[in-house]
Amino acid sequence: MPETRGTGTTVGDAAMSAPKKQEAVPGLALGLALLSAGPVVILVLLIVVLSFLSPYLLTGRNLSNILAQTAVISVVAMGQHLVILTRGIDLSVGSNVALASVVGALSFHAGAPASVVIAVMVGCGAAVGTINGLFYVFGRLPHPFIITLATLSIAKGLALQLADGRAIPGMPDAIDALGREAVWGLPGSVFVVAGVAAVLFVMAKTMVWGRWIYAVGGRPDAALRMGIPVSWVLVSVYVISGLCAGIGAVILAGRTDAGSPLFGNLLELDTIAAVIIGGASFLGGRGHLGHALIGAIMIGVIRNALNLLNVNVFFQLIVIGVVIVIAVESDVLRNYLEGRMRVLQAGRQS
Amino acid sequence: MSAVAANVESAPTVDHPVLAVRGATKRFGSVVALDDVSIEVRRGEILGLLGDNGAGKSTLTKCISGVHQLDAGAIFLDGAPTQIRSPADARFAGIETVYQDLALFDNLTPGQNFFAGRELAWPRWLPRGMRFLQQRRMDAETRILLANLKVTLPRLDAVVAMMSGGQRQAIAVARSTVFARKVVILDEPTAALGLRESRQVLNLVATLRDQGNAVILITHNMEHVTELADRAVVLRQGRKVGELVPTKDNKQELVSMIVGA
Ligand SMILES: Nc1ncnc2c1ncn2[C@@H]1O[C@H](COP(=O)(O)OP(=O)(O)O)[C@@H](O)[C@H]1O
Ligand SMILES: [Mg+2]
Repeated sequence: MPETRGTGTTVGDAAMSAPKKQEAVPGLALGLALLSAGPVVILVLLIVVLSFLSPYLLTGRNLSNILAQTAVISVVAMGQHLVILTRGIDLSVGSNVALASVVGALSFHAGAPASVVIAVMVGCGAAVGTINGLFYVFGRLPHPFIITLATLSIAKGLALQLADGRAIPGMPDAIDALGREAVWGLPGSVFVVAGVAAVLFVMAKTMVWGRWIYAVGGRPDAALRMGIPVSWVLVSVYVISGLCAGIGAVILAGRTDAGSPLFGNLLELDTIAAVIIGGASFLGGRGHLGHALIGAIMIGVIRNALNLLNVNVFFQLIVIGVVIVIAVESDVLRNYLEGRMRVLQAGRQS
Repeated sequence: MSAVAANVESAPTVDHPVLAVRGATKRFGSVVALDDVSIEVRRGEILGLLGDNGAGKSTLTKCISGVHQLDAGAIFLDGAPTQIRSPADARFAGIETVYQDLALFDNLTPGQNFFAGRELAWPRWLPRGMRFLQQRRMDAETRILLANLKVTLPRLDAVVAMMSGGQRQAIAVARSTVFARKVVILDEPTAALGLRESRQVLNLVATLRDQGNAVILITHNMEHVTELADRAVVLRQGRKVGELVPTKDNKQELVSMIVGA
């Protein structure tokens, strides 16, 4: 009776020797490739078309402007993206930004130095996120929709209460600097976005935790059976989403030199839209940070261009809504095409 | 040491049951899914677990692999009573399961599926989730594993969603061989497979046995039972109604035990 399994001296290419099968369905493969490249293609087309309509769009000054305007959506959308990867949703991010900014402004007026004010805002964001995660997972709620809807309301009410319903002007200079031009004509906030993106990218790509997020999003029950600590993975994404909201509050406070209970209005919708428009799947387990960023920039470009073209705000809402429908439908189409491809391959096998 | 090369732990005696379940009882509300069921599997042996749909086969295996907890009864590993509170416990104890629904991650590649929950990562002193993936090591081990098992996949960098039923089944079975050290449970691994694909999966099952694992094989296919199983246990409505050594001649007996005629 054999005692061990061989370590295999004949690795060979046996496992790799049949790569041609896939190419037998070129039409479908092409369709799938186009769909996954979709958001980038659409973004480029959008910029080309809009720049014809409004030549000012592609000036350096305006591009820098677009990036500054989308910094908050971008940062918060990256957190939202992690949540959506696990089939969840975080409705509280907008109120969380408002609360964090108000708490930050109050701490500044109480005499805290810039570093403490920043820590307070980010910490406040993370705290709300932690509450979301713990209640969702250990409160055994059927869907994160419920708890994040509750914290949306609670954080908003708390922010209004603390600030007496008004904006609180004044932020430390170090925070205001984020709103000012830093290098290459870009505002400091853009570098914060880039920094957060870099850290999250490394975490999602190279750490075991990142792999677990995809596993949990792909199939939560299987993740449990494979011994992945699903509860903690879920809590972690809400904590990070809250943390990103806190960072968003810092950026917004810097741009406006204030904290306000009215910040972050509808930010939950913008960030969810960004993630979906960017090409991540609502079905969980599919997508990467780039999707959130591309989606955020797409929203920024559309808003900016419509502004330049003097299109009113109501119409902007409609356009964004239409883009969301297109994005979700292409997600459905992608799943369908993958299914077709699988059937065809199975047929070819036997 | 390579994870793929992990040895099957040697049991004290060849005849010692690696896994024994005694008096297993499990209810779901008013449904009695298992009623006082006892089974034993030895090292290097394949136990066929038979029964009609709803007989309790999947429930029994899920109790062994930690998905469900027994209401009454006990599980013994190498003769020692063992509490299996979670799937992680079961895997830690050397029990691998190929679930009826495969439990594959469609959005991950075959290699990522093999190592899901047991990623090779460093440094050791960090908590598991914060370690950094050793992707190249996992890729290399995946290639060695698939070559050893003679499983061919069109691409190793494509997600499992893109693969055929047979390929997915092979991936799920191959995954259990990565870390199997004692017991492997396969829940209807050839259901819905063509002839050639079934053959490939059955070969994998035989490989698992030859490696010295105790194997529990659930199937509806009598040919597969007579060919592979050293013993067969029949469940009906949650009860164990018979146990015998399957041969070509007692196939009819087995079938009537299953349907209760
Ligand atoms: N999670 C569950 N909740 C409620 N009832 C269940 C559950 N799992 C199995 N059952 C019931 O237990 C019985 C045995 O099911 P199962 O073990 O899946 O049978 P088999 O695998 O032999 O077809 C069936 O009556 C089934 O409906
Ligand atoms: Mg079953």
